[in-house]
Amino acid sequence: MSDKVLMKGNEALAEAAIMAGCRHYLGYPITPQTEVAAYMSKRLPKIGGTFLQAESEIAAINMVIGVSAAGKRVMTSSSSPGIALKSEGLSYLAGCDLPALVVNVQRGGPGLGGIQPSQSDYFQATRSAGHGDFRMIVLAPSSVQEMADLTIKGFELADKYRMTAMILSDGILGQMMEPVQLNFGDIKQHDKPWAVTGTGCQREKNVISSLYLKPEQLEDKNRERYLRYAAIEENETMVEEYQMDDADVCVVAYGAAARISKNAIDLAREKGIKAGLIRPITLWPFPKQILRSAAERVSAFVVTELSMGQMIEDVELAIRCMRPVLLCNRTGGMVMTPEEVLEKIEKAYSIGGTV
Amino acid sequence: MVVFQKPKSLTDTVMHYCPGCTHGIVHRLVAEAIDELGIEGRTIGIAPVGCAVMAYDYFTVDMVQAAHGRAPAVATGVKRANPENIVFTYQGDGDLAAIGMAETVHSAARGENITIVFINNAIYGMTGGQMAPTSLPGQVTQTSPYGRDIQQVGYPIRVSEMLATLDGPQYIERVAVNNVKNVRNAKKAILKAFKNQVDGKGFSLVEVLSSCPTNWGKTPQQALELIEENMIPYYPLGVYKDRDLTEGVAKE
Repeated sequence: MSDKVLMKGNEALAEAAIMAGCRHYLGYPITPQTEVAAYMSKRLPKIGGTFLQAESEIAAINMVIGVSAAGKRVMTSSSSPGIALKSEGLSYLAGCDLPALVVNVQRGGPGLGGIQPSQSDYFQATRSAGHGDFRMIVLAPSSVQEMADLTIKGFELADKYRMTAMILSDGILGQMMEPVQLNFGDIKQHDKPWAVTGTGCQREKNVISSLYLKPEQLEDKNRERYLRYAAIEENETMVEEYQMDDADVCVVAYGAAARISKNAIDLAREKGIKAGLIRPITLWPFPKQILRSAAERVSAFVVTELSMGQMIEDVELAIRCMRPVLLCNRTGGMVMTPEEVLEKIEKAYSIGGTV
Repeated sequence: MVVFQKPKSLTDTVMHYCPGCTHGIVHRLVAEAIDELGIEGRTIGIAPVGCAVMAYDYFTVDMVQAAHGRAPAVATGVKRANPENIVFTYQGDGDLAAIGMAETVHSAARGENITIVFINNAIYGMTGGQMAPTSLPGQVTQTSPYGRDIQQVGYPIRVSEMLATLDGPQYIERVAVNNVKNVRNAKKAILKAFKNQVDGKGFSLVEVLSSCPTNWGKTPQQALELIEENMIPYYPLGVYKDRDLTEGVAKE
């Protein structure tokens, strides 16, 4: 497929997963990720795959563990409260060094919250996905095209580093339709000699476990895993920069909030304020260095997010509080207008001024 | 001529189980079944959380260590990924009948073509002897120090009887390992539960009434006697479901 087709974000993601070689999808119904499961349930049985609606989110993520342990590309999708239930499995995936693609089409919280789009699972995705020391690669698409592209990337990274890659999307990106090109060229596949496929009485057995009763061994394992994480921070950080060359004010936003921010930046430039955008595509690894060097060049930051202010902590940390950082946020399914972002840009400019 | 030897599918690792514990017997029966069916090279075992958490050290086959109660979900994933593999779980009563009850019931209802070996010793062993969903009325444990009070905490769960009400399972049997006759019968049941999977027949579960001398506060011999005196009357042995018999598809 080289021509563009009009697709919903959730469906583009699902089709990309199939093109990446994913033949196993295990999930549990929840709004607003519904289309992912529906698409998979229609497509997978026709191409020799398995779609299974599990009895719970917990069962679904543990089925993911089983498929991954057996060496196959596998994915599950859910939305915020469902991801919370998957915490146990996310921790075990990390502890067992198993690859998986997990999709969170975020909705408002806490609790049952609402079903409207939100970005309030940033902490959950980048900090507290489960118990213990571990990280997930967190990819934040900002268009239907990226819903597809980052799904391919997510599978590749998950296999390469033997860990979970999460697509952190939201109800806007999941539900909206845009033209998308599903043409990914060569998709990397990885050998998995560690998988449990039966010894064939030909090799030593493979054991997949997260249990290390000797504290020395557990510490070694954790340190080894964090060396891998350091390599990921070094090599896999991704951002998009928009109008940053001469910017005085830097807006930092990801996903749907970044799209709105771009409009606000255009409005600001019409009014003579040089604003630009740094859009983290990987939320972990977070683009610390890129923001740090931006802080040398701009006078103030605006963080735009659909939460009470979560990513803003990472921005402040990354720039070592060298510049003022203002928050432009809506929450609970409410979405900011470009004018609201513009107002913050103007305020930031009045504080920071021209560099 | 060798008349008795260690099954091929058991490793040489010394087991960590307490003296008199029946896990060792059941491990052996599982390994014998794997050997007899010639499936060592394509079997995947799923270890639980509980005393058998380190079962992956004792079998020669590929193993996954699952989160507490989730072994049937992990087994489902492994089996669906590679249906030619023979996949079994080995779980205790806390793992299977408390925290993992949903995974147990739904894997049974789906008729997943997996084999479950369910150790029922009416107590949590590894954590030091707490009340289990299968602890008997009046049974003294660390968390029921005055005896299991059914007015307060309700009744034990008869897992085999409950699962047998579902249409999904192929085969459910309860056995015990408290004497030679029962061990021989347990062997037959476990073998059948694996053979069913090889033949593509579907979900098979064998509940094994077992002892826990350490946490029951008994000698190994007394513990075996208690299986006979207390456990079997509450958990009667027998076949609770066998579609070979009810649907007349027995091959032999």
